[in-house]
Amino acid sequence: MDHAGPQTMSLTMSETIANAMQPTVPAALEIKNLNKSFGALPVARDIALALPKGGRHALIGPNGAGKTTLVNLITGVQRPSGGQILLDGEDITSLPQAARTRRGIARTFQINQLFRGLTVLENVYLAVAERMRVAHRLWRPAGAERDVIDQALAQLEALRLADDALKIVRELPYGRQRLVEIAIALALNPRVLLLDEPAAGVPSSESHLILDVIGALDPSIAILIIEHDMDVVFRFASRITVLVAGAVLTEGTPQQIRADARVRAVYLGEEFPHG
Amino acid sequence: MAASETIAAAAPSAARAPAIAYLATRHRVRVWEVLPWLLAIAAYFIFPDRMVFGSQVLVMVLFALSLDLILGYAGIVSLGHAAFFGLGAYAAALLTLRWNWQEPISGLFFAAAVAAAAGAASGWLLLRYRGLTLLVLTLATTIMLQELGNLLRDLTGGYDGLPGLIYTPLLGYFDYDLYGHVNYLYALAVLLVLFFVVRLIVYSPFGQGLAGIRENVARMHAVGSPVHWRLLTVYTIAAAIAGVAGALFTQTNAYVTLGVFDFDNSAGVMVMLILGGAGRLYGAFVGAVIYMVLQDNLSKASPQYWQFAVGLMLVLTVLFARRGLLGLIEDVARWIMPDRKP
Repeated sequence: MDHAGPQTMSLTMSETIANAMQPTVPAALEIKNLNKSFGALPVARDIALALPKGGRHALIGPNGAGKTTLVNLITGVQRPSGGQILLDGEDITSLPQAARTRRGIARTFQINQLFRGLTVLENVYLAVAERMRVAHRLWRPAGAERDVIDQALAQLEALRLADDALKIVRELPYGRQRLVEIAIALALNPRVLLLDEPAAGVPSSESHLILDVIGALDPSIAILIIEHDMDVVFRFASRITVLVAGAVLTEGTPQQIRADARVRAVYLGEEFPHG
Repeated sequence: MAASETIAAAAPSAARAPAIAYLATRHRVRVWEVLPWLLAIAAYFIFPDRMVFGSQVLVMVLFALSLDLILGYAGIVSLGHAAFFGLGAYAAALLTLRWNWQEPISGLFFAAAVAAAAGAASGWLLLRYRGLTLLVLTLATTIMLQELGNLLRDLTGGYDGLPGLIYTPLLGYFDYDLYGHVNYLYALAVLLVLFFVVRLIVYSPFGQGLAGIRENVARMHAVGSPVHWRLLTVYTIAAAIAGVAGALFTQTNAYVTLGVFDFDNSAGVMVMLILGGAGRLYGAFVGAVIYMVLQDNLSKASPQYWQFAVGLMLVLTVLFARRGLLGLIEDVARWIMPDRKP
């Protein structure tokens, strides 16, 4: 696909040596010493994180820990005050948001960011059209771009949304809207997918629909998920990073995190499964 | 990419055909779309002595159409759209008066180029802002242009304007008559051509992207859209069309004053669009015709208070028909025939 290619090869020798302690294949996404302050308030402090190709990584932490800020920094909504973000070994720290998306980073939002007045099909069409580089065309009808329509529909079918294709998004129940939120991100064919509390706000009777979709995502996509439901985190993720007050408290496997006394202390009073 | 493999595995569903049909046919010209043009031609025969006024209505339809591109489709709220109308108007006037080029159609192209250049330059700066900030910035820019026109009195004639402009016969054959018959058909032809340009744009992938920017600019950034570039493109196109409308205004009136830059002109065109229905192509037609006819009749009946009626209509529209008169008609049609797709 278009965004693989030469960038992957551009890893310099010095970087390779510097990364000698890690696997020789560069991580799909790597964050080094990321810092960000809003005025005097630090919201990201020396955050480091590596997401291998196809990795399943969860980011947990109490409210206000800076989880969404980290997603904003990775996607380029906000610029870090220091540190580096690497996509397949390529430094993307200074790239604008759109350029990062074109290189294969996609995200979903904690609060739906949908094109509410448009149909479900148009919502996904917009993402596919940008990915296929036809979105700038103004001399032929959108309906003549059959490849875009076919891929948008295929994406909807994969998420069982095809029957709602011609419904206006704002008229869908919230759970279905949440799926559209994911469909738009997946329509970008990402290599790295950032899911910001994908089941947030969905009634528990419907949340399994979202979790089924997430569980069945393409294994080659590297995924960073922010989630409050610890059952979901422990089931889905093979690695977990705990963020507290903008800094990484600890990182490890679900077993290590579950056993960590400091993590328990942070979550004291909140739901945290024991044992 | 790997994700497409899972996609390919999913079987095409029954919902696919109607969904494809919806997108693949919505840009087709509908039968009823002939109606406004037939009415415009009918007006030519029914009101032969009102063609000067008729030309002005067509000019305002074109002006409102250009605003619809940025306001109705891209969601850019500007209170300074008269800047481009005014620049086009003065470009067409100065071309004939100061530079002795009297052929009208090339005058339109010149006006379009001048307005487009101004749109690109100001848009590059202003389109970084949205909402109230943009509103005030566009308003201020237009006022500054008007004052600049007054400052360059030797060139522009100041607030007295430039009267008695002379143009060569249209296409070298159709000379202008006192009743404005040629002007009316000339304006109608230009409107028809530019309407189909706008129509092409709004149904294109680019136009779909504008709707995306209007609906949720944050998400457009997130799907990798170069939002600023897209906005700049449509702003420049809209400026060019507004410039043509201004040039038509100058040519059909054979004079121009700095009044074209008035706040009333910017606000009036927005009121027209809101009355008719923004973001729906023909809203510009409905709104401009209603506004102009109301203005024409009421200002004769009550020169001081005619704006009260326009204001009342605007209030009623905003309160009870948020999507304009065309939106209201659509809602009623859907209420009568609930099964029809949008």
